[in-house]
Amino acid sequence: MIEIRDVTKSYGSNAVVDRVSMTLPAGGLTSIIGPNGAGKSTLLSIVSRLMPMDEGQVVIDGLDVSRTAGDVLARRLSIMRQDNHITARLSVRDLVAFGRYPYSKGRLTAVDVEHIERSIAYVGLQAFEHRFLDELSGGQRQRAFIAMVLCQDTDYMLFDEPLNNLDMKHAVETMKLLRRLADDFAKTVVVVLHDINFASAYSDRIVAMRGGKLAFEGAPKDMIEPSRLQAIFDVDCRVHAVGEKRLVNYFE
Amino acid sequence: MQADIKRASPAGMLLVTAALALLSMLAFMTLGARGSWAFILSFRGTKLAGMVLVAYAIAVSTILFQTISGNRILTPSIIGFDAMYALLQTVMIFFLGAAGATAVDPRFQFVIETAAMVGFSVLLFRALFSGGTRSLHLLMLVGIILGGLFRSLSSFLQRILDPNEFVVLQDRLFASFNTVNAGLLGISAIAVSAVTFVLWRLFPTFDVLSLGRESAIGLGIDHHRTVTILLVLIAVLVSVSTALVGPVTFFGLLVASLAWQITPTASHRFVLPIAVCLAIVTLVGGQVILERLLAFNTALSIIIEFVGGLVFIFLLVRGSAR
Repeated sequence: MIEIRDVTKSYGSNAVVDRVSMTLPAGGLTSIIGPNGAGKSTLLSIVSRLMPMDEGQVVIDGLDVSRTAGDVLARRLSIMRQDNHITARLSVRDLVAFGRYPYSKGRLTAVDVEHIERSIAYVGLQAFEHRFLDELSGGQRQRAFIAMVLCQDTDYMLFDEPLNNLDMKHAVETMKLLRRLADDFAKTVVVVLHDINFASAYSDRIVAMRGGKLAFEGAPKDMIEPSRLQAIFDVDCRVHAVGEKRLVNYFE
Repeated sequence: MQADIKRASPAGMLLVTAALALLSMLAFMTLGARGSWAFILSFRGTKLAGMVLVAYAIAVSTILFQTISGNRILTPSIIGFDAMYALLQTVMIFFLGAAGATAVDPRFQFVIETAAMVGFSVLLFRALFSGGTRSLHLLMLVGIILGGLFRSLSSFLQRILDPNEFVVLQDRLFASFNTVNAGLLGISAIAVSAVTFVLWRLFPTFDVLSLGRESAIGLGIDHHRTVTILLVLIAVLVSVSTALVGPVTFFGLLVASLAWQITPTASHRFVLPIAVCLAIVTLVGGQVILERLLAFNTALSIIIEFVGGLVFIFLLVRGSAR
């Protein structure tokens, strides 16, 4: 369970995250949606201790993230960020192997190697595992970073816009993969998403942010609704029910 | 070329560079030797030990500085270490006079200089380094400006210095591998061993640090603490090399760039020793060429800085500046 209590982060007088409190239960897939500048990525960075908060507290399974030792948290929680710029020239396998650092501190055991191979296979990059990252397409690189998070094998996995740079096929595959993590491996997956239809189709819960504040939260069937979406995004849209799924048409 | 490098194994590359380093050390010790071996070995041995220490200190400090700054064209001199050394020397000659400065025990001088440089860097980190990548950049910018301040201060003092004393000072400020300060070898070796011991314990974190601050934290590294310790260790290594031979700006860049280029992996397990071997080859091998081929007609640092400058421009043009 991730408990976020009165978390605030401001730059000067501008609060990018403004007294946000919420509880994300263990298990399932939670999507965070909202317009640009709503504070979604900042909140995710604070939860994963990449960014210090000005006020408030984040507690993950009873561990206060600002006080717990880094390597203890690294075995509980992993994050994949939006921009992954790396100076070092790494192959896919090198990168994925870093996911085992919290366990092996650089000395890979047979178990670690098994994890690495399974993660690479999971994202379908076996054929590319010895390629360097700068020789891959944007989508392949994105999947390599996802594999690194898989390899870290934590109970909580946070993804900041994992569908960036992905084509339809790989976007769907990635979301199915995240879904499987939640369903088959009982992981708690939190995803920042821009595509509202992916959020609608794949989430157990949707959290909406706007202007640094928590706007709404709930199950997709309650959240995907024209008046709410209007309040969150300022966009007129129509919602169609297709089978059990709700699809949003915001193109007109 | 690219493909060949990829196929070469990192261990093979390490063996090759280590062999070259040994070869140049052997050449330095034996070539053109005439007279008593006991004298030659101890005379050249001191010089060799000094050069190997300097090669090690510069290679390791530059590689680690590049790793924590995530930038392959920086060297520790950017935080103004070289300029600070020059200022310390200038101030000492200015206030004590050439005779007084020469009379000070070099070991005492070394301790004072190292303490001043480490103190300066710690102060800079404490004040400015709050942990983020941005604050690391801020630290470097302030370092550049302070470096400029130190340089102006020294050149001001040098202008009003007695010309005779200025000559003594200038001699100290030109890096010279020919006059390795033998009195400092022992204390430098101790400092370098102590640094190496701490580095050994931090070794597994280096590769993770090269992924950048966020990924390193995500993998459980106490980024702020580790980077602060590393910066202090780098300050000690830079002090050792400047105290032994004087400031060498481009040498570290040359060696580090070559090491990153020829090592087929980004793992520090290989890059660090390869960089050290390359540094030994460049310094010791260069000194052999200087002594045997050019008959001491120039200074090694001039050759190295010339080649280093060319490599620097080459790197910029190739666009590997990131």
